Amino acid sequence: MPEDIIDLIRESVIQGRVTKDDEGLDEDMVGQPGMSELIEEALISGVDAQDIINQGLTAAMKIVGKRFEAEEYYIPDMLASAEAVGVAMEILEPELTRSGVKPKGKIIIATVKGDLHDIGKNIVSILLRGAGYIVKDLGNDIETKDIVKAVKKEKPEFLGLSALLTSTMVNMEDTIKALTESGLRDKVKIVIGGAPVSEEYAESIGADGYGADGFQAVAVVEALNSGTTGNK
Amino acid sequence: MPREGILVNNPVERLSSEQVRQIHKASMEILKDPGLLCFNKRAAEIFQSNGAGVASISGSDIPCWHVKIPEKLVADALDSAPKTVKLGARNPDNALVMKGNEARVYYITGSETNTWLDVDFSTYANKSDPTKEIKVPEFLPRRGTVADLCDSAHVCEHLETVDGYIRTVNIQDKDITEDNKDVNKFFACLNNTTKHVMSGLTSLKQLDNVVKMAELIAGSQDKLKENPIISFITCLVKSPLQFVDDTTETFMEICQRGLPVVVSSAPQAGTTAPMKEAGIIAQINAEVLAGITLGQLVNKGTPVLYGSVPVRARMDTLGDSYSAVETSQYNIDCVQMARFYKIPNYSTSGVCDTKIPGQQSSIERLFSDIVVTLSGPQYLHCAFGLLDGNSVFCLLQAVLDDTHFQRVKFFLKSPLINEQELTEIKKQIKDVVATPQKMFINYIRQVMRTGEISPPYPFESDDDSDNVFSLAYERLQELLAKPVEHIDPDTTARIFQDIPGLLPRLNVYQEGR
Repeated sequence: MPEDIIDLIRESVIQGRVTKDDEGLDEDMVGQPGMSELIEEALISGVDAQDIINQGLTAAMKIVGKRFEAEEYYIPDMLASAEAVGVAMEILEPELTRSGVKPKGKIIIATVKGDLHDIGKNIVSILLRGAGYIVKDLGNDIETKDIVKAVKKEKPEFLGLSALLTSTMVNMEDTIKALTESGLRDKVKIVIGGAPVSEEYAESIGADGYGADGFQAVAVVEALNSGTTGNK
Repeated sequence: MPREGILVNNPVERLSSEQVRQIHKASMEILKDPGLLCFNKRAAEIFQSNGAGVASISGSDIPCWHVKIPEKLVADALDSAPKTVKLGARNPDNALVMKGNEARVYYITGSETNTWLDVDFSTYANKSDPTKEIKVPEFLPRRGTVADLCDSAHVCEHLETVDGYIRTVNIQDKDITEDNKDVNKFFACLNNTTKHVMSGLTSLKQLDNVVKMAELIAGSQDKLKENPIISFITCLVKSPLQFVDDTTETFMEICQRGLPVVVSSAPQAGTTAPMKEAGIIAQINAEVLAGITLGQLVNKGTPVLYGSVPVRARMDTLGDSYSAVETSQYNIDCVQMARFYKIPNYSTSGVCDTKIPGQQSSIERLFSDIVVTLSGPQYLHCAFGLLDGNSVFCLLQAVLDDTHFQRVKFFLKSPLINEQELTEIKKQIKDVVATPQKMFINYIRQVMRTGEISPPYPFESDDDSDNVFSLAYERLQELLAKPVEHIDPDTTARIFQDIPGLLPRLNVYQEGR
């Protein structure tokens, strides 16, 4: 029954389980189908992708959000749920494309050249996927020219740049300059983050937004996506 | 089941085994020569009839005897003194079971202070920018009352890390006299906490009333023996090496009744004891052993605690410096000596020199609380809320102290490392390394809910400001608003009927409602 499987998908988000091997929050969940298995099964059963998103994923994330506000859930729980949603969206993407459903937006994300620190960038990736964006994660220590090349090829609406070091944060500015020189700057909104950077720094190098943490990064992207101006 | 306390797996020791033996030998020699001055006739007679060398000192205005205690007498006392002491509680789950050879630490409040510190908050504006305001705590000292003692016991009932309660404030109400202080003091404590209650006695005449009250609460004389909800602390030996008349009498009476009692000595290095570590430890050890010996001679097998409150003198005033690093060294040495004798130890930490809560008080108390806890005393009088030596008590400070004891307790949890754990962890590492993001976040989730992760500091501000005091004050108000389990109405009625001198306003079912 479609309702049953959507219930299970919703529960899988709440439990933050990607595959059947994941523990989730409650006991004895290992072995029960996780998000990957449930979405595949739902599609085979002919459940509408839009119903999966609206009644399953989005509804579940609202519950997770409420639990977070009530301090029943913590950031790792939010991340686990977001990761489960992200995985669901990846599996659903071809189906959505076939149905003519436009995704919320595409984001390229990278830790800039010279910087190997990627915890923050990875967290932002998970949260953005969980929020329904298609995220292409280039990884860390990414050459400026490779970021420019990816923007040119993928045509994303957003570019996320991350750095942890004061010595590498300058490469964010170089990247923005390189995008400008390539004529791509106006085609992509750029959001930066990382311990040494700030809203003022983002403004000074010509970025469109700054996320102090993963949640703020998503909020800024959502704001830019809805036509408002990032941190403003 | 008794309270769990904290089991210190590898207690810190300052003294080598050889040094412990050397201190023991020196103490034995001190007990023989010079021995102790004894201002209590009955105690002198007891020592004499048991083979100690006792000689009356002539020419003294106050009757006094010279007591030289042979090693055999001490050895017999150490043999008969219980190696496990139970301190009961109104709620049996709050009982404390202390084994002299086990480094299980219980955190206890106290001591009795004359001054109670109220807290108020004033708002100050920046002179150059009046829109910028800060709230600053102001501490207002006043004389302590029985109502304060009730509030203190009430809050300590709810402070998670407080294992037992020693009265924190001297009750100085106008209607409190020497004749009714003890019964009101004990009742105020017992009626507001279900944890163990320990106190000193103001008047020996009140001992039977206090014991009768405890028997009514425990259910009977025998039940009080099984579950001693009260115990006593006596400083029968004044340093250096003097049995004081009245407290020695009180001590012997308590021992006769078989209730637990702390044999406490509080020498000050530099004035009433030698300045050097070897000296003060040899002396305090001799003083405590003399008290334990007397207690066992009075009532063989009566439960006693090895009570050590050594302190170094301040060099500027010659007052007590509880915050001196040496004070913690002395305390740790005494913990080791008590463990050598397998007698449960009453030790001291957390007493600070400063007069108000703040950075100095935090640093002073936290230092000694950590290091003395690590040495593994069984009954650690760690001075929740105490300031200015033993003079001032502040409930706000007690709430702050509870948070740092939570951290110390967490730190001392035994490490969970075994083959099963390592097998699971190796699988976890292998699984995570194979994922694109290589993060262990998913594995945090269940661990967070099992209490295996230490909580953040509870009084952290959301912004950059330091609001520790105001947040702790909010917590204090919450604790005061939480109900406590008072003594039941029937028992309360019996107590007020049978025990003279109780203030009617302490009866929560009648005037004190």
